[in-house]
Amino acid sequence: MIDVMYFAWVRERIGLPKEQIETSAKTVMDLVEELRGREERYALAFEDLASLRVAIDQELTEFDAPLAGAREVAFFPPMTGG
Amino acid sequence: MDIRVQELEFDAGVELARFTAASGSAGAIVTFTGIVRDTPDGDLDRMEIEHYPGMTERALGEIAQKAQDRWDLSNLLILHRFGDLKTGETIMMVATASRHRVAAFEAAEYLMDYLKSRAPFWKKEFTKSGATWVASKRDDEDALNRWKP
Repeated sequence: MIDVMYFAWVRERIGLPKEQIETSAKTVMDLVEELRGREERYALAFEDLASLRVAIDQELTEFDAPLAGAREVAFFPPMTGG
Repeated sequence: MDIRVQELEFDAGVELARFTAASGSAGAIVTFTGIVRDTPDGDLDRMEIEHYPGMTERALGEIAQKAQDRWDLSNLLILHRFGDLKTGETIMMVATASRHRVAAFEAAEYLMDYLKSRAPFWKKEFTKSGATWVASKRDDEDALNRWKP
């Protein structure tokens, strides 16, 4: 089980802020492919990976990062703080 | 070092006075205050700032630590709000204190550059014609390159 979180327009497109997913995905990319195959709203949210960022256990990482041992994965658009 | 992520409005003047008092023998204090600005059309109703609780504090802590490792700072403040904000309200503030002005200026710019594109905040503008997420700017990402070793 892994906690998957969505923020900003990713959250709006998918329609929820957080869900628990049972997955055997080995990398973030595998998880993205799995989610894309679920429903249109996921496919839409993950349409353009260049406009997305990912964090594993609250650390920014890359889409090819391994998921082994991860508790929390978050997807969001590029940050706009300040 | 003082890092705060809060919904509550704050008074930048009060914060500066408190920071100065806590900065000991600093010879230079630099502050930056971010204010909610109206759109060019003047039709901003409000702005909403979303953040990632937990990761935000962690990311800000790392950014602050890197600034402290790089410059000789006697004090450092990062204050960032989330939630509903109106035009003219303060969004955020950074302050740096050092013996010398160059370190204080550079560290403040460094904090702002990293905060813009590495701290998990997202802004949404609500105007009379609808709501839009503020897009990140290429310039903000480029700004990080000047700090690469």
